[in-house]
Amino acid sequence: MAEDVVERALAPVVPAGRARRERLGRLRSRSAPYVLVAPFFLLFGAFGLFPLAATAWTSLFRVELTDPGAREWVGAHNYARLLTDDFFWNALANTVVIGVLATVPQLLLALGAAHLLDARLRGRLFFRVAALAPYATSVAAATLVFALFYGRDQGMVNWAVGLVGLDPVDWQNGPWASRFAVASIVIWRWTGYNALIYLAAMQTVPPELYEAAALDGAGRWRRFWHVTLPGLRPALAFTGIVSTIGAVQLFGEPLLFSSGAGASGGADHQYQTLGLYLYEQGWVNLHLGRAAAIAWAMLLLLVVVFGLVRLLGRKGGRR
Amino acid sequence: MTGRGGRAAARGRPGSGSGSGPGSESYERGGWGTYLLLALFTAVSVFPLLWTAVAASRTSGRLAQSPPPFWFGRNLGRNLSVAWGEGGMGEALANTAVVAGSVAVGTVLFSTLAGFAFARLRFRFRGPLLLLVGATMLIPPQLGVVPLYLLIARIGWTDQLQAVVLPSLVSAFGVFYMRQHLLGALPPELLEAARMDGAGTLRVVWHLVLPAARPAMAVLGMLSFVAAWNDFFWPVLALTQTGNPTVQVALTGLGRGYVPDTSVVMAVALLGTLPLLVVLALFGRQIVGGVMRGAVKG
Repeated sequence: MAEDVVERALAPVVPAGRARRERLGRLRSRSAPYVLVAPFFLLFGAFGLFPLAATAWTSLFRVELTDPGAREWVGAHNYARLLTDDFFWNALANTVVIGVLATVPQLLLALGAAHLLDARLRGRLFFRVAALAPYATSVAAATLVFALFYGRDQGMVNWAVGLVGLDPVDWQNGPWASRFAVASIVIWRWTGYNALIYLAAMQTVPPELYEAAALDGAGRWRRFWHVTLPGLRPALAFTGIVSTIGAVQLFGEPLLFSSGAGASGGADHQYQTLGLYLYEQGWVNLHLGRAAAIAWAMLLLLVVVFGLVRLLGRKGGRR
Repeated sequence: MTGRGGRAAARGRPGSGSGSGPGSESYERGGWGTYLLLALFTAVSVFPLLWTAVAASRTSGRLAQSPPPFWFGRNLGRNLSVAWGEGGMGEALANTAVVAGSVAVGTVLFSTLAGFAFARLRFRFRGPLLLLVGATMLIPPQLGVVPLYLLIARIGWTDQLQAVVLPSLVSAFGVFYMRQHLLGALPPELLEAARMDGAGTLRVVWHLVLPAARPAMAVLGMLSFVAAWNDFFWPVLALTQTGNPTVQVALTGLGRGYVPDTSVVMAVALLGTLPLLVVLALFGRQIVGGVMRGAVKG
């Protein structure tokens, strides 16, 4: 009934209304793409782009967490301070060392696991899902369990070391032992995930190529080297990039690896990473300006690593 | 591969593709050596999770002795109930479910709309905008934590769940994933025909895009859910253990020594991981497919 009333009231204007609607329709279809991407880009601008750009700006101030409103311009001071800060260089070195210790074995193991998973198997879905179990485990849960495994007196790792007849290792305090232990958590969490990515790439290699190689007398190893690996190049690049980004930001594992150490990354800061140092400066020592400068240093590190890889890749390609 | 899987799924074969079809049978048959090594790999992948349950069923005193326990004890119920109550896991689990659910729904929605526009519509700045999104895959937005924290503090969102939800909705991966899927699953002729029939953008999205995108939306939703559930760096900064903690924030508080009872900490870790393991067990095929398809587009 109400609809009737509305319809009758509008009746005289219908022709003009339709014309306007058509014009609107054309307008709408031209603006439609922008409307569709708008929600994403609004959030992207507010929570992705703006913070990144503002990090550079914030790093030029002295800002305390306790009173963020009172900022004081200090120019490049936060950066100059980093250059003479031993803890910063220590954190940078640890980030690179733990990054290499975590990434290289992880990707090699993933390659091997993918090769195993690529065979014709019974119950292959089970193996694939099981490989993702560590990926479904959070950093916090994984690190707390591994911290128990690596306990000096009661941990399972040292128990196993003792069975072989070796002396117990101080996984918490030994400089290299603790870095390796932290890296091993990363390896555990991400090997299966990367293996599935390699597996997907392996399955895009046409089987005829393997048959042809086999007919030419290539053994298993040579088929892997000359047929499988070339097909994996994009996947290798993808996992390399993702792992590097993860390694530069490493935070949760060193934060929780030893319950007493907190943000210091061990008694001697032996596994304090840049991410952890950022947290310590900003949220423990309350110097947000310095934390922002560290964030830019992390960005710079990523840019340098990717630049180096590209440079090496181009040189290798030319050869 | 993505295109093939997408088209098959659009025809109504959900969850296929991802190379598990008969066409992509690999060359070598697995021998006993392969099974042995795979069993070892699986054991290493699963053992820390199993042992979390073992530790959660013991007492702290027992965990401090060597050799460590290898089998379940009798304390699981007690530890779980302490974790649920004093450990605050009931609240933390509810918070995390809200966060992960909202992030999954929002990411899927916004990524699908933007992915469709980038896949099939022509508009100015399409190329540069897509490049901008791609660049954030290389430059992690997480590095903007300091201004983000100042922003959140200024609008009074510290300790509130939306502080963790909103920044996580920016998923460059999601946009690329949906764009890639729709390039294969949504033929341009179909859109042209709909437009000839006078269908507006809203109707096109509702009647063509969403049905074609559905399988990829489901996979993206699950991957976003897992990622949001396990998100660590930003939640630890934006939320506190006494405010509105997620599981990860609660675990961090416990792990750093608020409750020194190790077996209870393990019970908390178990409770916080279990929901995702259930998701993995139920939707393993789709999640495996999603991880594999997401990568191939490289």
